[in-house]
Amino acid sequence: MSISVHNISKTFKDVTAVNNISFDVKEGELFGLIGPDGAGKTTIFRILTTLLFADKGEAIVANYDVIKDYKSIRNHVGYMPGKFSLYQDLTVEENLEFFATIFGTTIEKNYDLIKDIYVQIEPFKTRRAGKLSGGMKQKLALCCALIHKPKVLFLDEPTTGVDPVSRKEFWEMLKRLQKKGITILVSTPYMDEAALCDRIALIQDGKILEIDTPQEIVKHYPKKIYNVKTDNMYKLIECLKSYEHHYSVYPFGEFVHYTDKRDDFNPNELHRFLEEMDAVNIIIQPTETTIEDTFMELAK
Amino acid sequence: MKRFVGFIKKEFYHIFRDRRSLFILFGMPIAQIMLFGFAITNEINNVDIAILDHSKDVTTQEIINKIASSKYFSIKQLIQNEAEIEAVFKKGKVKAVLIFEKDFSKNLTKENNATIQIITDATDPNTANTISNYTNSILQKYQQEINKNIKIPYQIIPKTRMVYNPELKSVFMFVPGVMTIILMLVSAMMTSISITREKELGTMEILLVSPLKPFQVIVGKVVPYIFLSVINAIVIVLLSIFIFKMPVQGSLFLLGIESILFIITSLSLGILISTVSATQQTAMMISLMGLMLPTILLSGFIFPISSMPLPLQVISNIIPAKWFIIILKGIMLKGVGLTFIWKETLILAGMTLFFIVLSIKKYKIRLE
Amino acid sequence: MNNKNVIKVENLTKKFGDFTAVNSISFEVKKGEIFGFLGANGAGKTTAMKMLIGISTPTSGSAQVADFDVFTNPEDIKKNIGYMSQKFALYDDLTVKENITFFGGIYGLSRKQIEEKRCLLVEELGLQDIVNELVGSLPLGWKQKISFSVALLHNPKIIFLDEPTGGVDPITRRQFWEMIYKTANNGTTVFVTTHYMDEAEYCDRVSIMVDGKIEALDTPTKLKEQFKADTMNDVFLKLARG
Repeated sequence: MSISVHNISKTFKDVTAVNNISFDVKEGELFGLIGPDGAGKTTIFRILTTLLFADKGEAIVANYDVIKDYKSIRNHVGYMPGKFSLYQDLTVEENLEFFATIFGTTIEKNYDLIKDIYVQIEPFKTRRAGKLSGGMKQKLALCCALIHKPKVLFLDEPTTGVDPVSRKEFWEMLKRLQKKGITILVSTPYMDEAALCDRIALIQDGKILEIDTPQEIVKHYPKKIYNVKTDNMYKLIECLKSYEHHYSVYPFGEFVHYTDKRDDFNPNELHRFLEEMDAVNIIIQPTETTIEDTFMELAK
Repeated sequence: MKRFVGFIKKEFYHIFRDRRSLFILFGMPIAQIMLFGFAITNEINNVDIAILDHSKDVTTQEIINKIASSKYFSIKQLIQNEAEIEAVFKKGKVKAVLIFEKDFSKNLTKENNATIQIITDATDPNTANTISNYTNSILQKYQQEINKNIKIPYQIIPKTRMVYNPELKSVFMFVPGVMTIILMLVSAMMTSISITREKELGTMEILLVSPLKPFQVIVGKVVPYIFLSVINAIVIVLLSIFIFKMPVQGSLFLLGIESILFIITSLSLGILISTVSATQQTAMMISLMGLMLPTILLSGFIFPISSMPLPLQVISNIIPAKWFIIILKGIMLKGVGLTFIWKETLILAGMTLFFIVLSIKKYKIRLE
Repeated sequence: MNNKNVIKVENLTKKFGDFTAVNSISFEVKKGEIFGFLGANGAGKTTAMKMLIGISTPTSGSAQVADFDVFTNPEDIKKNIGYMSQKFALYDDLTVKENITFFGGIYGLSRKQIEEKRCLLVEELGLQDIVNELVGSLPLGWKQKISFSVALLHNPKIIFLDEPTGGVDPITRRQFWEMIYKTANNGTTVFVTTHYMDEAEYCDRVSIMVDGKIEALDTPTKLKEQFKADTMNDVFLKLARG
């Protein structure tokens, strides 16, 4: 095990940020903590990176105890906090050099590891970090977190506030790092990113809702989901909610995700119902379950 | 060690890239010295004086009583000969010495005039001026009283002499004050801001989760500002010497050592502030309200401590700047050596040690 | 939805020195429409929106918002629009009630109107238990719902939402979108700026800005067809990569 967490709890004043959480991350695994803002993701990261004491429970990172061996952990993990914590007034190169020096290494020594990423920002190496776009800051922050060749990499919401292109590239980079044997714990509020992890923990209000591979988690969903669409979204939602057999009705992009209480649900019946309610251009079609559907079902 | 050097290098990048702060940092000493070069009037209250009475007759006794009963002066010491004057001044015990000439009473009645000499310590020119004016008015009043029934009036002639800063240059008096303020500002405020900035940026989290020891982070933050403060101190001294022709009487070496001591005091205060504030804004507010204001108001820089109400006089003792200003005035204007300021030095050193221990205890290796 | 245009923008341009932040954009938004205004950070969408809400004067072009011209009547525009951003919405150190009173006040509602509105809001959102709580102590989801309602206090013709649901939990997010649909259904136009592509999926029509220009404008369905993509995210990826 690269990370193992047992019954960790943490309370700030009267808010329970993390409530009796346990999970394990295997060596070389890409593990995702998926949950909205305020779910407790950052607190978990801070406990694992030895920045906070848990009120109770224990945690082991790279075979070190987070309390007793905090000094060793600090030598062996890479951490990228929520905001890209870079020195805005230092250039790209100076930032990287600085982090290399404080970890007692040099850029040259571990260049192999960051090469893929660094070449993308190298053309801007004399630019100040404050003048970089979100995507470039994210890449630089990743390079800085990797420069000492950590065994475990902690990435707290690395894709928040970054454009879709950079997000996609970022996940591709993580996959490549994983192949080099680095264990990665990543958090994100974006449900669509969950599918890119080996295993995920869905987390809300400091509690883990479920831990499994994204594929398995989706399979656990108890119902068949239908995409429903008509001309008027607002009226559609009202209609579906008034339909006596509805189990759940959630707007989902341009469709509504609808599930029915009955196991032998026939979409044509719903179609007729909607027609009676004067809906036009009715579309009802089965659709795939997403992580987000599962999350809502579990969080209900 | 390489880590540490790398850290300091980074700090210097921060400082030299923030042009505006840099400009303020080095522009301020100049601006402040010019600004405070102008005189500011102060009231005096219970100023300590010494009296050398060569005559010891009825008239001198009456005048001494008049002076003693005024609220402006309190007679600290009666001295016996000229040689003692220098000593009482250097010890900083009194602000002025009044000397009655021999046969004061006889001269006054026989010759119709007698001389009284007022020697004031002009390192604090405003006070010196005020002292001589107030003394004159007391003497004149006494003169009017004794002249009531006499045809040819008796005349008391006051002769004023200022020592240490005979030209009454205010700027001399303000140099130690400005230097204190600047060193305090650069060291305490800039350090606390630069540490809290890392907290705000989130880089402190990374530094904590690195093999860098907290001690190294703090010392690394502090070293560049020691360097900057020393440069500032040198600039101020050079400005005073070459622009205002201020003679530095004492040892420059001692001045340097004492300045570094005060810089370290301020830095430890800065670290202390950073441990209790989460944002740059808070750090700035605490530095300004908690350090700068008391330093300006209570250190004796603008308002003489001797004319403050008693509670404030007591409080002024815990202001490090007060002791540093006394030390600076001693070295720069009076030319005294360590034998005269060892007490102040010791107090300052004690305070420094206290703040350092406190900030090390307060500094957290974790986030909460 | 009728066909009246409440926002008409033609060749709107904003330059800062040599830099053209918004480069001759044109579009229309209908009454009661939910219009998504998309783009990466720095694509110019914030600049464009500032011009539309009357706090920045365009360099050239023309724009009418709620029947008022952005050049000549920016003050009238401000009275007829609502604005809500994720970053700033309500005062954390005031109670829900005090926030409602304050924002009602700055939009010139009378005390009686504010009172009525407040009762209505409390009823609709089920705020009975929290109306005297400090906003800072409420969960994010509540804050958003309340600030959305507060932005609608003065019955604006158009409401501008800046990244309204980023980072919110999925259920609250749905509740929020249901509120938006309801508002649009009542005839208020909803103008959503965001760089979260999944928020775009909820809009009636979306425009995508790249480097100061509108590169695509249509319904999400049609855009996905046009770019042969499954999601708006993929549409954006294809657009950005040229």
